[in-house]
Amino acid sequence: MRTRQLELSGWGRTAPSAARFVDVGADELDGTVLDELAEPRGIIARGMGRAYGDPAQNAGGTVVRLARGPIVLDSRAGTVHVGAGVSLDELLRHIVPRGFFVPVSPGTRFVTVGGAIASDIHGKNHHADRTFGAHVDAMTILLADGSRRAITPASDPALWWATIGGMGLTGIVLDATVRLLPIETSRCLVLTERVPNLDSLLERMETGDHLHRYSVAWVDMVATGAHLGRAVLTRGDHASYDQLVAERPAAGDDPLAFAPLGLAAVPTGMPNVLNRLAVRAFNELWYRKAPSSHLGLESITGFFHPLDMVGDWNRLYGRGGFLQYQFVVPFDAVDTLRTIVATVAASGHASFLAVLKRFGPESGGLLSFPTPGWTLTLDLPAAVAGLGGLVGELDRMVLDAGGRHYLAKDATATPEIIRAGYPRLDEWLQIRRTVDPTGRWISDQARRLDLY
Amino acid sequence: MNNAVHQPQTVLVLGGTSDIGHAIVSALVSPSLRRVILAVRNPDAVDVDALSFGSAEVSTVAFDAADSDRHEQLIADVAERFGDLDVVIQAFGQLGAPGLDDPVAAAELARVNYVGAVSSGLAVARRLRTQGHGTLVVLSSVAGVRTRASNFVYGSTKAGQDAFATGLGHLLHGTGARVLTVRPGFVRSSMTAGMPDAPFSCDVDDVASAVADGLRKGRSVVWVPGILRVVFGLLRYAPDVVWRKLDR
Repeated sequence: MRTRQLELSGWGRTAPSAARFVDVGADELDGTVLDELAEPRGIIARGMGRAYGDPAQNAGGTVVRLARGPIVLDSRAGTVHVGAGVSLDELLRHIVPRGFFVPVSPGTRFVTVGGAIASDIHGKNHHADRTFGAHVDAMTILLADGSRRAITPASDPALWWATIGGMGLTGIVLDATVRLLPIETSRCLVLTERVPNLDSLLERMETGDHLHRYSVAWVDMVATGAHLGRAVLTRGDHASYDQLVAERPAAGDDPLAFAPLGLAAVPTGMPNVLNRLAVRAFNELWYRKAPSSHLGLESITGFFHPLDMVGDWNRLYGRGGFLQYQFVVPFDAVDTLRTIVATVAASGHASFLAVLKRFGPESGGLLSFPTPGWTLTLDLPAAVAGLGGLVGELDRMVLDAGGRHYLAKDATATPEIIRAGYPRLDEWLQIRRTVDPTGRWISDQARRLDLY
Repeated sequence: MNNAVHQPQTVLVLGGTSDIGHAIVSALVSPSLRRVILAVRNPDAVDVDALSFGSAEVSTVAFDAADSDRHEQLIADVAERFGDLDVVIQAFGQLGAPGLDDPVAAAELARVNYVGAVSSGLAVARRLRTQGHGTLVVLSSVAGVRTRASNFVYGSTKAGQDAFATGLGHLLHGTGARVLTVRPGFVRSSMTAGMPDAPFSCDVDDVASAVADGLRKGRSVVWVPGILRVVFGLLRYAPDVVWRKLDR
């Protein structure tokens, strides 16, 4: 166990706070150690620190990071037993060459399995496969009293569905058994299309998403007028061996090759270079260079994790940091979606490429974010005057349309906003109070949003 | 907790009747703001219902800036009752120009403006360090950057308070707690009513928006108006004979 005093912030680099940061192995955490770490202001687990806001911070308290833990692949069952501190990067390096892929991948490999469960993360395949939590068969959880419990959805349904998407506030997930997706190759066959405006984008996604496992659109949030909501839509599937060799015969020798490289890291001390002018120029170039329609092979990194190729890309926003604002509104709230895109485009706040995606059914997690509808994700420089006002305006539109906000991205919400978006919040609170009556598990976000 | 755009949930104003203090709280109003605590000499004299800061609940507590012995306890009590303090504004202070013939008044000024700032500032800093986050906003003045014959006692108290605040900010570096030192020029307020305007003077709302801006950007010092940073960068080194002539 190693202890340091550290200021921590989320990936958005806003609202830092100081905590006792403890590196610990899962087997070291017993009741005595917990009693000690819980004083004076509770404990929260932290993985790779990729949540954008403050859910993995605990001001004045303790933040624990689990050592990696094991990766045990059962090829016959198609499952992996994995320590919660293992990152998807490490997991993929182990399982892809052996013919498996994670059931759900977010936009980065640098999240832990524990974090993936606590945030019940989603990916480009949500419309087909739901969330990460929907593919977990079993887990071991460390409870507030220091005991460990092996749970499944059948054995402890209440604790299970409070933990999936529960932001680490029911206990620390120590390990999990996850169902994997068998793959023949490490490439994807991707259809890339340039779409001139929002209406045709929505129409194309509604009618064509079900033909592909993966689908996502990158939307230009600076374009206005007739170009409002212009986008590049990418949809794809894992390439079969035959599809791979048909296109690239040489790749047939090692169809499951997977060795992603990080290209370069952004240095510290950068000012915010993603101002409105730069974003406008970039978006224009990016839209122009996209083919009007193209079918081709892409690597896992290129298709799923393009930003992972640039280390510490969050530094591009300068020391003021940025917000990643993600919400979902029901499918019938297309007018709200259009108003929001227009409001942001007209606001003068520069959003780098925004991501639009259609969600499928819910996973069952009481605080899980994905629910059927359109989800839009915006990146906004945080230190710009008036951003609080814009976000407040968007919050109202989202809630009026019956939508909600993603806790793993949230950095500005209020208790009222979360209550309005999550109808099962009280059910979750009741379970939390049962398993953690003294409020040992606590984060800055939990304090900010009254999640205790 | 402060959120990502530095909108606080709980604000404490030491010197809770100050115009500038109220203006800063108004600039920090957002849907996140829930509690405003005004620490004032006489809570009974404050009409809480007449004050409105968004949907925040306004409370008062008794606080005497000159009563240093009780500052530690007061901050502990406030934190106990209201929880974490996200922004604490040190807004109290007296204006006065005691001369050579009034050492008692001069000492009183020093007791409130400097000694009170030190004892309350340390008490607040201790609380912010314990909770691992929060910002102490200290209302200093350009009068302390270079003291003038016409108000050098006041200026010296502000110089002391300013040096204390910036040093405290260095001490707290890495603890999650922060200090924002605010250096306004002449501010038109009830404290300066009837006094003639000085060059580069401003209104309380200018100070408030500069503070909100400084908090959002994580600054350690803000000047109001911003040009005073440059003006005083030069005036600090002006020859004495020039400096005396500039003093009206």
